[in-house]
Amino acid sequence: MANVLVIAEVKEGKLKKVTLELLSKGQELASKAGGALEAVVLGSGVEALAGEMAQYGAAKVYVADDAALAAFNGEAYANVLVKLIEASKPGIVLVGASINGKDLAPRISAKIGAGLASDCTDLDVADGKLVVKRPIFAGKAFSKITFKSDIQIASVRPNVNPLAAPNAGASPVVEKIDAAAGDVKAKILETHKSAAGKIELTEAEIIVSGGRGMKGPENYKLIEDMAAVLGAAVGASRAAVDAGWRPHGDQVGQTGKTVNPNLYVACGISGAIQHLAGMSSSKCIVAINKDAEAPIFKVADYGIVGDLFTVVPLMTDELKKLLA
Amino acid sequence: MNIIVLVKQVPDTETRIKLKAGSTDIDREGINMVLNPYDEFAVEEAIKIKEAGGGSVVIITAGEAKAEEAVRTALAMGADRAIRLDGAEFAGADSYSTAKALAKAISAEQYDLILCGKQAVDDDSVQVGTLVAAMLGIPSVNMVTKLEVAGGSMKASREIEGGHEVVEVPTPCVITAQKGLNEPRYPSLPGIMKAKKKELKAVALGALGLSADEVGAAGAKSAVVELSLPPERKAGQVFEGEAAEIVPKVVKLLRDEAKVV
Ligand SMILES: Cc1cc2nc3c(=O)[nH]c(=O)nc-3n(C[C@H](O)[C@H](O)[C@H](O)COP(=O)(O)OP(=O)(O)OC[C@H]3O[C@@H](n4cnc5c(N)ncnc54)[C@H](O)[C@@H]3O)c2cc1C
Ligand SMILES: Nc1ncnc2c1ncn2[C@@H]1O[C@H](COP(=O)(O)O)[C@@H](O)[C@H]1O
Repeated sequence: MANVLVIAEVKEGKLKKVTLELLSKGQELASKAGGALEAVVLGSGVEALAGEMAQYGAAKVYVADDAALAAFNGEAYANVLVKLIEASKPGIVLVGASINGKDLAPRISAKIGAGLASDCTDLDVADGKLVVKRPIFAGKAFSKITFKSDIQIASVRPNVNPLAAPNAGASPVVEKIDAAAGDVKAKILETHKSAAGKIELTEAEIIVSGGRGMKGPENYKLIEDMAAVLGAAVGASRAAVDAGWRPHGDQVGQTGKTVNPNLYVACGISGAIQHLAGMSSSKCIVAINKDAEAPIFKVADYGIVGDLFTVVPLMTDELKKLLA
Repeated sequence: MNIIVLVKQVPDTETRIKLKAGSTDIDREGINMVLNPYDEFAVEEAIKIKEAGGGSVVIITAGEAKAEEAVRTALAMGADRAIRLDGAEFAGADSYSTAKALAKAISAEQYDLILCGKQAVDDDSVQVGTLVAAMLGIPSVNMVTKLEVAGGSMKASREIEGGHEVVEVPTPCVITAQKGLNEPRYPSLPGIMKAKKKELKAVALGALGLSADEVGAAGAKSAVVELSLPPERKAGQVFEGEAAEIVPKVVKLLRDEAKVV
C-alpha cells in the first residue's frame, strides 16, 4: 500500500493546471499502488485551494499556511515538505516539472535519500512500484526508469496528462501541518516580473516562435500579434536569442526549453537539430519558411513555403476571423 | 576565493542519437564528445572571479578516461588543476550516486564556492548541483544568469517564471549556471599548451573514502531499464504558391483536421 502525494503549485493565488493534471494522473497511480491520493499546498492564505484539489481526487489535503511561505523559496519549501514526507511516508511523490518544481525536487531527494526522475512524460505503476519515461538528449531519446528507494519522486511535464472530470460534490479533508521553514540561508532580495500574465513556454498549449528569418527584434510584433490571437506563448531560436532580439528565457531547443504544446508555429526557423530536439514532441507543427528545402519541413504537419512577412500577417487575420 | 567547478563530458548537441541493441546506453560509436555547454558558463564564471579577486579553480568530474578531454578544455580556459573520479565502481550512476561521489570529493578540498551547470545536456536531469549542495549541507541557487561576490556571500540573479529574482546566499554555496551568465572564452593556444602540464589527478574509490555500495549503479536510487527513440513524425503537407490562397487552407486544416485552434 503506497500513497501518492501531489505537491501543489500556486501561481497568483490559483492552482496551476499541472497540479490538476498530476491529481488526475495520481488517482490512477494511487489505485494501482493500492493507496490513497493526497496533496499538499504551501503558501499564505492557500487553504481555500483544498476544495479544488478534493474535486480532482485528493482524499486529504495537507496545508502549510504561513506568511513566510507566501513566495516560493526552494530551501524553505523543501524543509516543510521533508518533514511531511518523513511523517506521512508516501510511496510516490509527484511535482510539476516547472522551474520551481525542478528546484524543489532534488532538495527533497537528497534529504530523504529518495530516487528522483525529472521531466517525466509517462508514469505507471507495476508491481506496486513507479515506472516512468522521461526524455533525454532534449527529446532525441527517452529512458524508462525504475526506482530502488521506498519513496519515489517524479517531476512531471505539464500538458502530458489529461484532466479528469472534477467531482463537484467532493469536499476536502484538510490537515494543517507544521509550516515552520527552519533555518533558510538563501534570502530573496528582489523579484522582477518581466511581463505580467506571460505564458510560460514549457506549459503553453500553443507557441508561436520566430528565428533568424525575422530579421530584427522589431518584427517580433508580427509573432506577438499572432500569439495574442491564439492565446499563445512566444518562443525563439537560438539564432534570434544570440542576436539579442529575444531574452534567453524564450529559447526553444536543446540548450533552451523543451516544449510540448498542441500547436507550434515556427516562423523563419530552419529546423537545426538542436532546435528540433526541443520542439519535435509538439502535437502539431506549422512551419513558415521561404526555403522549401529547410529541414523544419521534415517535421512539420503543415508547411507553408513563402515569405513570412506576407504569410504571418495573413495567417493572423485568418485566425482572428476564425476565432472571432 | 577557492572555487570548485563540476564538469561533465557529453555528446555534442549535433549528435543524432542511435540506440545500442541490448543495452541501456546509446550507441557511442563515432560520437563527438564536448564539455557540457552549461558547464562552460560555470568554468568561465569561476575564472572571472579568480581573475578579479584571486584564489583557485579546481575542476572535478566523474567519468571515464575520455572525459579528461573536457577537463583539459576547462584547464585550458584557465582552471588550475583537476580531479577525475576513476574506476568501474562509478559506472551506472544516477544523479543521486553521482552527487554522492562528487560531494565526497569536494569535502576533501578547501572551497568557498561550487559552480556547475544547471543541466547536463545528455541526461537532462537538472539535479546534480542541488543534490551536491544538500549532501554537503550548504545552500544552492539554481539557474543563475548573473553573479556577484559580496563579502562572505554571493548575490545571484536567477530565472523564475515570467521574470527573475535576486538572491543573497552566504558562502560556501552551490551556484548552477544558466545561459546568459557570461560568454565563455575559447581556450587560447598558450592556454592549451599550459593545460597539458596542469595536475589532473585520478582518484579511485578507495582514496575517496566511500564504499562500493554508495556509488555507481550500486548506490543509485533509480535505474534506466530501457531506452527508446521518439515516435517518427509522419511526413506532413507542404504548400507552395500564392499565400492568399494557401493560408486560409492551412488555417482551416488546423481547425478541422488537426483540431488545435
Ligand atoms: C551547443 C549548441 C547548442 C544549441 N542549442 C540550440 C537551441 O537550444 N535552440 C536553437 O534554436 N538552436 C540551438 N543551436 C543553434 C542551431 O544549431 C542553429 O544555429 C539555430 O537553431 C538556427 O536558428 P534559426 O533557424 O533561427 O536560423 P537559420 O538557421 O539562419 O534559419 C533562418 C531561416 O529563416 C528562413 N527565412 C529567412 N528569411 C525569411 C523570410 N522572409 N520568410 C520566411 N523564411 C525566412 C531561412 O530560409 C532559414 O531557413 C545550438 C547550437 C550549438 C552549437
Ligand atoms: N559525472 C559528473 N561529473 C561532474 N559533474 C557533473 C556530473 N554530472 C553532472 N555534473 C554537474 O551537474 C550539472 C547538472 O547535471 P544534471 O543534473 O545531470 O543535469 C552538470 O552541468 C555538471 O556541472
